Amino acid sequence: MWLTFLTILLNIIDLVIPLLIAVAYFTLAERKIMAGIQRRKGPNVIGYMGLLQPLADGLKLFVKETVLPTNANIVLFVLAPLCTFILSLISWAVIPFSFGNVIADTQLGGLYFLAVSSLGVYGVLISGWSSNSKYAFLGALRSAAQMVSYEISMGISLINVCLCVGTLNLTEIVIAQLDIWLVFPLLPVSIMFFIGCLAETNRHPFDLPEAEAELVSGYNVEYSAMGFALFFLGEYANMLVMGALTSICFLGGWLSPFGVGILPDGIWFGLKISFFVILFIVMRAILPRYRYDQLMKLGWKCFLPLALALFFISQGILMGFDWLPN
Amino acid sequence: MFFLKEYYPVLIFLGFSLALAGVIFGASFILAVSDADTEKLSSYECGFDPYEDARNAFDVRFYLVAILFLLFDIETIFLFPWSVSLSQLPSIGYWSMLDFLFELVVGFIYAWQIGSLDWE
Repeated sequence: MWLTFLTILLNIIDLVIPLLIAVAYFTLAERKIMAGIQRRKGPNVIGYMGLLQPLADGLKLFVKETVLPTNANIVLFVLAPLCTFILSLISWAVIPFSFGNVIADTQLGGLYFLAVSSLGVYGVLISGWSSNSKYAFLGALRSAAQMVSYEISMGISLINVCLCVGTLNLTEIVIAQLDIWLVFPLLPVSIMFFIGCLAETNRHPFDLPEAEAELVSGYNVEYSAMGFALFFLGEYANMLVMGALTSICFLGGWLSPFGVGILPDGIWFGLKISFFVILFIVMRAILPRYRYDQLMKLGWKCFLPLALALFFISQGILMGFDWLPN
Repeated sequence: MFFLKEYYPVLIFLGFSLALAGVIFGASFILAVSDADTEKLSSYECGFDPYEDARNAFDVRFYLVAILFLLFDIETIFLFPWSVSLSQLPSIGYWSMLDFLFELVVGFIYAWQIGSLDWE
């Protein structure tokens, strides 16, 4: 009993520490790549070519003063960043890094993932309401409305994958793609899913909650020091996990292209996540921001009908040709 | 027991991340030098003093979006078990879900027509 507990705990620590380091270097990669696109140098002072910059940033945030505003609701105000951070960590529990290399190999992995990412709205809403600041409040409302709008089309896209593989276990979803990655038969769905990921994680071109010109920084405007850092870590870990889920569902997870092998499975999975990370960053550098009414229009009037239509097509083809799995 | 076996690691993960978040936040709160004054602790409003509570009326359309989300998300949750077990379903199971979706689409078109999806 204790041995199982200890093994699982060590597994979890083995996942969380590299994850936090990955998040730290995600921010450095973002600054470096964006600097490259805009013909600047980016951080290059601390460490060799700025490689220690994320650690310095972390240390700086750690020693800063935690400001708890007087008219804020203190309990909820403290709870919100913790909530965001915890939810972004526990969604990694079902992600398989290679065959059998997963913390909780549940049959309902996909559903668990969707459930946890839906709960992410709570962190945003609680922080916006408890801050008792107009910017935070408006930012939280916008952010929540945006996240729930795109979640539906993401869910329906995931159902397309479910139909094709006949399971919700993420390991089995990857194994079902041994012959062909699902990005090929489900190309429109996978593009829609990725755009949904961008909207769900409040990234460009959907970063309206943080529209700094009008809302300063959105729902986390009142946060300082570690409260802010937890939001920041949570958001970037969310982006990584969204990239991981997209790779698992559409790019064959840890499978190497054409079965070439060469590198270990986990490395292929890491490369695929890195691909999405770089895509996230490049999107931020090259795309302008949507207007809010355009964003909602895109979510409800384009993505939702399109997702439903693609679902009808997929199930029609699978039923008509009797290609259903199992 | 089956349930316990599958979700036991998730429970431990939840406890671990709760502890980690608490330690990070708590350690910074205790260790960092805190020097608070009234101006610093007032909520941020572009330089001037906040003159009213931030929790006042907001646009009802946010509420509408939340309700629409509930409807469609429940539909998505219905579709998950259906899509996983589709090959084992008799034709009545298949057609009743299609009927449900058809009615949902009719409702969606209605919501579109009365303009509840518009943001002007």
